[in-house]
Amino acid sequence: MTVDYSMLSLGDSASFPESHALLDNARRRGEVVIVTGNRTEEALERLGDTGRYKAVVIELGTQCLGVYTGEARGEEGSNLLGFARFRLGDDPPTNLIELVRQPATRPAAIDAARAVFESAGFKVALCKDVPGRIVDRLVRPYYNAALRRLDESLASASDLDTTLKLGLGYPEGPIGLLERSGLHHHYDVTQALYEASGDTAYAPARRAQVAKRRTLAAARTQEWTERKLDQPTD
Amino acid sequence: MLPSALREGSGARERNRVTSEFFALFGTTEHSFMIQTIGVAGSGTMGAGIAIVAARAGFRTIVYDTAQAALERARNQTEAFFARSVERKRLTREQADRALAVLQGTTDIDALAQCDIVIEAVFEDLKVKHALLGKLDRVCPPSTLFASNTSTLSITEIAAGSGRDERVVGMHFCLPAQLMRLVEMSPGLRTSEETFATAWAFCQALGQVPVKTKDNPGFILNYFLIPFNNDVIRMVEAGLAEPADIDLAIKTALGYAMGPLELLDLVGLDTHLLVAEALYAGTHEPRAAVPALVRRMIAAGHLGRKSGQGFYKYSGSAMFGA
Ligand SMILES: NC(=O)c1ccc[n+]([C@@H]2O[C@H](COP(=O)([O-])OP(=O)(O)OC[C@H]3O[C@@H](n4cnc5c(N)ncnc54)[C@H](O)[C@@H]3O)[C@@H](O)[C@H]2O)c1
Repeated sequence: MTVDYSMLSLGDSASFPESHALLDNARRRGEVVIVTGNRTEEALERLGDTGRYKAVVIELGTQCLGVYTGEARGEEGSNLLGFARFRLGDDPPTNLIELVRQPATRPAAIDAARAVFESAGFKVALCKDVPGRIVDRLVRPYYNAALRRLDESLASASDLDTTLKLGLGYPEGPIGLLERSGLHHHYDVTQALYEASGDTAYAPARRAQVAKRRTLAAARTQEWTERKLDQPTD
Repeated sequence: MLPSALREGSGARERNRVTSEFFALFGTTEHSFMIQTIGVAGSGTMGAGIAIVAARAGFRTIVYDTAQAALERARNQTEAFFARSVERKRLTREQADRALAVLQGTTDIDALAQCDIVIEAVFEDLKVKHALLGKLDRVCPPSTLFASNTSTLSITEIAAGSGRDERVVGMHFCLPAQLMRLVEMSPGLRTSEETFATAWAFCQALGQVPVKTKDNPGFILNYFLIPFNNDVIRMVEAGLAEPADIDLAIKTALGYAMGPLELLDLVGLDTHLLVAEALYAGTHEPRAAVPALVRRMIAAGHLGRKSGQGFYKYSGSAMFGA
């Protein structure tokens, strides 16, 4: 199935830092609209009657799709879907699209949205509208546990990583992976999931909190230094 | 990759290395400890695999089981395994023959009297392990080390019933032991440093990769894996996504070779239940608690690959390499 689609991008999006087939193959008009960026309300306002399209697929951060569609007794659903291109911190975005549906989302809308992403080479995993969707929901408690166990001296960081790599065939251990992709990003995601779920498994681990504070402090220091440089000296 | 002992074609050289690493660690040449003969108690899934690892590395290996049938089954599987290894050019015929020649099975516990280390891989039951180690304590000389392959029991508690708790250490091999190089090693509260260092050097001489962890429920691997798998099962239970979508997402996002539900089907839901129950009993971590769906699936006969259905349906099954 080939489906013509257009893209409406307003505000920041971390999903497509580089050119991508999805962007290249978009038309001016199509049966499906992909909405990216964080100015979602404004984009929906601009689209006007979204019912005209087969599907409108909205980029999500840590928020739920229901924020834009409203929810009703667990029976909500329309031609509006959510999506997120999975990305771990500073790592480049992956080839995974988590496609978010609601209980009564129209099957034709799901099929059309899936076809658009698959035609651009993505792997598409369908899930319900829950905080963390699939991947963050599953891996963040595991990363938190690894950070906590490091504090509790269960093993050294390298032995923790070696164990998970050799024991489970993971390409990378949790500590190395968080260090590389940015521990403070782990803080951001877990803090949002913790607020949304109230589940302590998501409460940011101490090491992530420290990393976040240091990132914030570094930003403040830089700002302060720049301001000082800007001031005229006599 | 071949264990170094086989690459060099000399088990004796490897054994000398164990000794010299031991001396290096303790700065002594007084102690003439040498690991030459290995005992493996229990010839089930894990024991058979561990025995392959030991024999392949050139150690004389004596496998003890109370059940003759278990020994015979393991011998047949081992011969078939080595035959496949030769076919796939992982071993030469001579290497395989040499490994088979140093490997012997017995139902007589006294045969373990000559062992420098005995690795136990009997049923996961503290009473069974205590009874075994108590007997071994009488059979083996005081210098013999005891290692336990337990997944969920405490090394300290196992050691407490051994009569030689300073010479007991945790050596947790992974399934299938003959293919997986990782060994989680943990000292009990009373394990001597010397015991740990000797067992560590021995583990390296086996061609395995040891990691050091604490005597904690689940050590490292199961401590992380079991709650993660429970979370995945809860996701299926709540209907948040289909198994195939979950596996696809995890594999694509994180580069895992296998999705968590594919892995659970391979391990078996019944096995997952046993390990998870033990981990929960030891930690009371909410994420270790077994989701109700697991018991329902077991009751329905959906055990995974081995029963033809788990989270997926299967027709036919073949596995496990060379
Ligand atoms: N199966 C796994 O995935 C796995 C992985 C790592 C560790 N382990 C641990 O390894 C141990 C063995 O597990 P398994 O899966 O190989 O079990 P298994 O049931 O396949 O084999 C156990 C064997 O021990 C024998 N046995 C029982 N009591 C004995 C005794 N007193 N003396 C001698 N032999 C006796 C039995 O006859 C049987 O052949 C357990 O402690 C388990 O927790 C299992």
